[in-house]
Amino acid sequence: MPTLEHYLILSAILFSIGTAGVFVRRNLITILLSIEIMLNAVNLTFVAFGHALGNVDGQIIVFFVMTVAAAEAAVGLAIVIALFRHRASLNPEAFTVLKW
Amino acid sequence: MLLLIPLLPLLGFVANAAIGRRLTKSVSGGIACAAMIASFVVSIVSVWQLVGLPAESRSITQIVYTWISSGEFDADFALRLDPLGSVMILVVTGIGSLIHIYSTAYMHEERAAEYARYFSYLNLFAAFMLVLVLGANFLVMFVGWEGVGLCSYLLIGFYYERKSASDAGKKAFIVNRVGDFGFILGVLLVFVQFGTIDFQEVAQHVAALSPETTFGPLSLITLLLFVGATGKSAQIPLYVWLPDAMEGPTPVSALIHAATMVTAGVYMIGRNAVLFGHAPETLTIVAVIGTATAFCAGTIGLVQTDIKRVLAYSTVSQLGYMFLAMGVGAYAAGIFHLYTHAFFKALLFLGSGAVIHALAGEQDLRYMGGLKKDLPVTYWTFLVGAIAIAGVPGLAGFFSKDEILYRTFASGHTLLWIVGLLTSLLTATYMFRLVFMAFHGERRAPAPGHETDDSAHGHGGHAPDGHLHDAPPAMAVALVALAIGSVVAGYIGFPHALGGSNRLETYLEPSFTANAERQALTEIASGTDASQSEDGGTGTELLLMALSSAIAVGGIGIAWYFFRANPAAADAAAERASGLRTLLVNKYYVDEVYDAAIVQPIKLASEEGLWKTVDAGLIDAAVNGAGGTVSRFSDVLRRIQTGSVRTYAASLLLGAVLVIGYYLWP
Repeated sequence: MPTLEHYLILSAILFSIGTAGVFVRRNLITILLSIEIMLNAVNLTFVAFGHALGNVDGQIIVFFVMTVAAAEAAVGLAIVIALFRHRASLNPEAFTVLKW
Repeated sequence: MLLLIPLLPLLGFVANAAIGRRLTKSVSGGIACAAMIASFVVSIVSVWQLVGLPAESRSITQIVYTWISSGEFDADFALRLDPLGSVMILVVTGIGSLIHIYSTAYMHEERAAEYARYFSYLNLFAAFMLVLVLGANFLVMFVGWEGVGLCSYLLIGFYYERKSASDAGKKAFIVNRVGDFGFILGVLLVFVQFGTIDFQEVAQHVAALSPETTFGPLSLITLLLFVGATGKSAQIPLYVWLPDAMEGPTPVSALIHAATMVTAGVYMIGRNAVLFGHAPETLTIVAVIGTATAFCAGTIGLVQTDIKRVLAYSTVSQLGYMFLAMGVGAYAAGIFHLYTHAFFKALLFLGSGAVIHALAGEQDLRYMGGLKKDLPVTYWTFLVGAIAIAGVPGLAGFFSKDEILYRTFASGHTLLWIVGLLTSLLTATYMFRLVFMAFHGERRAPAPGHETDDSAHGHGGHAPDGHLHDAPPAMAVALVALAIGSVVAGYIGFPHALGGSNRLETYLEPSFTANAERQALTEIASGTDASQSEDGGTGTELLLMALSSAIAVGGIGIAWYFFRANPAAADAAAERASGLRTLLVNKYYVDEVYDAAIVQPIKLASEEGLWKTVDAGLIDAAVNGAGGTVSRFSDVLRRIQTGSVRTYAASLLLGAVLVIGYYLWP
């Protein structure tokens, strides 16, 4: 029977994987996916705590996060498509002109 | 009703200023003239009503609205017509109307837009002048006071393409500003002292006090007000702007710089006669300054060669007489001279305008001569004006000038009287020098290389030695009307000594006293005045009259001898007194002295001190320094912005780790 601790460790691992993905990958779509992983790691934490503490608040929060994540994914992908049309590239290093 | 008087010219101004450039000349000129004449008619009706009132209560006040009400300070936009004001509005609107009519012909060669601009300024000027004379308190008067200053700037600089004209406009404005500074300080002191700025209330407050024997607050107030008057009325030391003001169109010189605006200072002293009467120290200063100005300006006028400048100095000189009258307490005589002077000086200026008009812009007396036969109307009317100003018995100038001189003598200022008498000799001489040089003798052609200011005046087209045109009808009408005025205007103040009753003085008297003391004064006056004029007063007055008449004729004789009969003698005399002549031609070097003593130091202080040190060194440096500092810091800081999303995400993460780490660290 997995305990709260197991869930938290898994969540931490997932979060780290996501973070690493954001920094390591050179593809905007992969980066978006990595962000989704980070979000879901957090979701997992919420659910785990909710279960451990015996109330449903954690699960409710997760629903909200999922809706926001869906919206974020939609907007994010739209931006990625626009960027790709502009530069024919998905490498984030190609989009550094937005500065001073 | 009273409001209509200044409002009509103001409407004329608004109309011409707004749509004047789209109107033809006859329409825009017609609007301006109609506005003035309508205002004149309303003035006559108002004065008629005023005269219908009993002498004790001759005063009509109209409070248009409450202008300022702040704490203890209350000022209504109020107009008041009293005997003094009634004389003034009749002069302003009456002579103003004639000058408007004259201008329609004089300015006819201007472009339509310029023409409308000219008339809009003229109307605006009249409106402000009427506000000035109708204002029931110092603040309303100040509005008019400043307004006429503005309009004189606009009109002097009317030919703004010419540098000399725009400079003259600025000079007039700035010199006036010096005077206005004194004036407003005086007004503030009046409020501090009496808690009100209404003329009648101030007069009542003052009447309750006894006259100051030493230099006290009343003397200070009146002295400051007098500084304002010297600026507006061109007295020493602030007279320098008036001769330069001749750069404006000639009708403007007639309207502003002879008949109306320059009389504002005299009027203001008359309006505050009770106040000034309680400050004998100031009155002495006023009288001395007036006399000195009259004399100095008269001497300068003797040698000037520009026809308008002679008249300008003559104006300054005559204004000096008015101040002399004010200074010796003969307020009615001063206003009387103001009123007669308005006729003949407007006439002389308009006459000189007709000459200049006929000669295609030539203003130099040395190139005139023999104009008598070509310009008969101008000649005869001008002659009437000259005789009137010279003080030949029977014409307007004689009565008023003689009244002033008699009052000066009677008040015991013998020295001032002698100088005044000398000045009247000068007046006759320089006026007839002008007449003889311009109208008599042979025509003197311009020297080779001499160019008349054709383009500037817009009167090109008349060949200098071709047939000259006399004044066109609109100008002739104004000239003749003013000539008639110059003859008959004096009879309203026909002196006691000649069996008259000096109705003007009796009429004006209530304006120079406060309500409270009026009753007492009339009782005293009925006793003493009669006895005074009985015992020897009449004899002295007649003697003085004979003397000043002789002097007037003598002055004309001198002019005739030097400039008509024996021009060589004039040259010889000029040769003998060449030092004096140079001094006079250069106008006592007053302009140069002012330039060296005031203009140059101010320029130096402004350039080196305020501009290069304070402005460039301190203010600019502070502003630029602030900008530079920010810019240098941001040069460093902007490198943080790489534009790379990855870097931003890393800093976000780092921040989050640090914050969480800070809380989680044991």
